Amino acid sequence: MSGAKVDCMKQHITTRSLALLGVTLLLGGCMATQKPLYQWDSYPTQVHGHFKGESPEAQIAALELQLQKTQANGAATPPGLHAHLGMLYSKVGRDDQMVQQLELEKAKFPESTPFMNRLLAQLKK
Amino acid sequence: MPIASTRFFSTAVLTFAAFLAGCAAPKAYDYSAFKQAKPRSILVLPPVNESLDIKATHSLLSHSSRPLAEAGYYVLPVALVDETFRQNGLTQADDMHAVDLKKLNEIFGADAVLYLRVKRYGATYYVLGSATVVEAEARLIDARTGTLLWDGTARASSEEGKNNNAGLVGLLITAVVQQVLSSVTDQSHDVAGIASHRLLSVRAGNGLLPGPRHPAYADGKP
Repeated sequence: MSGAKVDCMKQHITTRSLALLGVTLLLGGCMATQKPLYQWDSYPTQVHGHFKGESPEAQIAALELQLQKTQANGAATPPGLHAHLGMLYSKVGRDDQMVQQLELEKAKFPESTPFMNRLLAQLKK
Repeated sequence: MPIASTRFFSTAVLTFAAFLAGCAAPKAYDYSAFKQAKPRSILVLPPVNESLDIKATHSLLSHSSRPLAEAGYYVLPVALVDETFRQNGLTQADDMHAVDLKKLNEIFGADAVLYLRVKRYGATYYVLGSATVVEAEARLIDARTGTLLWDGTARASSEEGKNNNAGLVGLLITAVVQQVLSSVTDQSHDVAGIASHRLLSVRAGNGLLPGPRHPAYADGKP
């Protein structure tokens, strides 16, 4: 094999690797997903469980544990979780804790204020 | 080559290129009302179910908060919303969808209302097997004006990627998805999760625009 031919092949290989690298980077860029805003864990499953009529006690235990983990991780609680937990507390007669959770929902998500205030007012009646 | 002929040639090429580009680009979604309204919070009403499976409404509803919240919106707690309707004597999604916006504003105070319809939910059996398919459509309405801000449809199937020539990677993904799906009892609920994610996430094309808590909010692009 002559030197020129080898050089040519080398160049060809380099070009091919570069092209492959480019495609890989492009795909990587497309597939890169943003870090989740909230720690969801079993919250959606608990909501579904509520609709299926599962016991509030088990859901309360699961969500309380999740809140501890979220706090330990320094992560954010998803919208609705505090309010949902508050509703579960009210179902087992723990109204003070319900109020506490609705206030937490309001503090973390001011957008919830009108609805939370309405629920709190209903409780006082 | 004479100049005139070169010009003609370039014009022809340009026209052809423009024609091709026109074909390739999907019709752009009109986001003008959405951009003007800038909703921060979304009230998701329990979905109206057009399928035969009564579980569809609550399945899709419990999958709806996550993609919307990750898109940057505040989503009103769906179970409490449902409970509030029930306390007011409304138990059917159709009746909840019929409540006028003024009343919804008064009770929930959300910027926008999401109306969901489940078009298909569950297994379809055919000669060579079965497929679990979930299909849903969404309409996002401005809670103050009633203007349509965005609408979309999405579909997910347990059989996706099974019969196409997606190559080795495609086959591997399919195998994993199948494994995950078959390891749980409620396959329809899982497929609904995929459909809901497709329907209600920020994505290019005609997806939702990012909300205030999304890192891309300032860009205003899906």
